[in-house]
Amino acid sequence: MAPARYVGDLVFTFARYLGDLALLAAETLHGIFRGEVRPQLVVQQIYEIGFRSQLVVLITGAFTGAVFATQTYFQFHRLQMDAAVGPVVSVSMFRELGPVLCGLIVAGRVGAAMSAEIGTMKVTEQLDALRALAVHPVDYLVVPRFLAMLVSMPLLVAECIGVGILAAYLLTTQILGVSEPYYVHNMLYFTGGRDVAMGLIKGMVFGIVIVFVSCHQGLNAREGAVGVGRATTEAVVIGSLFILVVNFFLTMTLNIFFPAGK
Amino acid sequence: MSEHPLPQVVIQVENLVQTLGGQEILRGFSLNVYQGETLVLLGRSGGGKSVFLRHLIGLLQPVSGTVTVDREIISGLPERDLARVRRSMGILFQNGALFDSMTVADNVAFPLRERGETDEGIVTAKVEEALQMVDLAGQQGKMPVNLSGGMRKRVALARALINQPRCMLYDEPTAGLDPIVADSIDLLIRRLQRKLGVTSIVVTHDMKSTLTIADHVALLHEGRCYFYGTCDQLRASTDPVIRDFVEGRSHDEP
Ligand SMILES: Nc1ncnc2c1ncn2[C@@H]1O[C@H](COP(=O)(O)OP(=O)(O)OP(=O)(O)O)[C@@H](O)[C@H]1O
Ligand SMILES: [Mg+2]
Repeated sequence: MAPARYVGDLVFTFARYLGDLALLAAETLHGIFRGEVRPQLVVQQIYEIGFRSQLVVLITGAFTGAVFATQTYFQFHRLQMDAAVGPVVSVSMFRELGPVLCGLIVAGRVGAAMSAEIGTMKVTEQLDALRALAVHPVDYLVVPRFLAMLVSMPLLVAECIGVGILAAYLLTTQILGVSEPYYVHNMLYFTGGRDVAMGLIKGMVFGIVIVFVSCHQGLNAREGAVGVGRATTEAVVIGSLFILVVNFFLTMTLNIFFPAGK
Repeated sequence: MSEHPLPQVVIQVENLVQTLGGQEILRGFSLNVYQGETLVLLGRSGGGKSVFLRHLIGLLQPVSGTVTVDREIISGLPERDLARVRRSMGILFQNGALFDSMTVADNVAFPLRERGETDEGIVTAKVEEALQMVDLAGQQGKMPVNLSGGMRKRVALARALINQPRCMLYDEPTAGLDPIVADSIDLLIRRLQRKLGVTSIVVTHDMKSTLTIADHVALLHEGRCYFYGTCDQLRASTDPVIRDFVEGRSHDEP
């Protein structure tokens, strides 16, 4: 019976973890509805999350777009379908590559920072100081990060997708010699609002996942520097895995509303 | 205090039990704190004094027993309701617990801004006044990491006092300070009590400061209130546990 019990424990632990995340989300919404929004902190977080993540997101988007276009071109060129590279790249960037890569990068960069910062505050009693000063830590720390993420993540995803498509376009038409008008026409013909919607919705969901996973790790950090280190690592690992898993289910669900293809 | 005929109980602690990390720290601790008095809490290091203080402001919830503040039972209150109680209380943490990403001025101004003070002129003036009170005028721009331990503690004190709480909890306010500053902190606690009627609970190991500031003294020993009385009663006691404590005697062989 030991393996069954082990699996049972695992399932139970996971369910409880999901419950904790849901409670944190509920507390955050509660704070927002009580008007506990500190605009100055939101702006500061938008700067931290949105503005300062741009460089890595742009580089990621550009090189992913370029390399994906090259590989697609090598395959399609043999079939004399050069102009199909445009829609393949743009649809993939919108629906999968843009939001997922952007999510993974932000989980690494922003998620780690969030859990490290909040975790350090936890282990140095700064969270207790907040509470003693009648400030709810979730209102002060999670609410601004959540709101900032809602604003920043779709923009970051849009930038990532945009620069990826641009890089693919320049590479295929200027260097690999694919005909420009065909490329553009095909790309615009096969890419629609449904793809844009899918990309942005995914981005926003991933952003929410990152905020709650990272803040939860930080708020529950324990035992000094090692504890903060562990919380940070787990925030990145759990955040990234969640993005990949949630992405699968999102793709399945969103396909019902925004079916792929023309 | 004897000069008040019917002193009013502000904080009432009944049979507080707390277990942390599998260790029983408080085992039925009961205590009354009266309006406007200074109560000094003594006890061995690691005896649970800091843990006890945290219960008074709802940072820890007891396993059993109750804490009553201003006739309201705060044990078991949800976090958001505790904020109301906490607005009239202040706590000085043993390690200061300053916000390390903010300057001294922003730390001290934090409670003011959180209560909705938007006039930066008033904030600056009040911060300066609070810092002067703890002998730290002109240190506004420093970051907490660049302060000495004693300075950090005094910044934390300024932060705790800036909203003029009616009840203050001090966790070793004079530990690690030079005797002159320590004495000025003692006088400050006294002054707040006299002028503003602040009720204070002071955890300390400093017998000299105990005798200066205390109206009542409580001794926390093995999770219970072992002694409660005035300074005179403390000095007159013949109980060996209390005598060892007052005279600072260990029973180790040299
Ligand atoms: N979060 C916690 N988890 C587990 N044990 C704890 C926790 N906090 C405190 N303790 C334990 O509770 C006991 C009392 O700690 P506390 O900090 O209250 O002591 P103290 O009386 O304030 O000592 P000191 O005078 O040295 O400050 C200690 O044995 C400590 O190890
Ligand atoms: Mg202590």
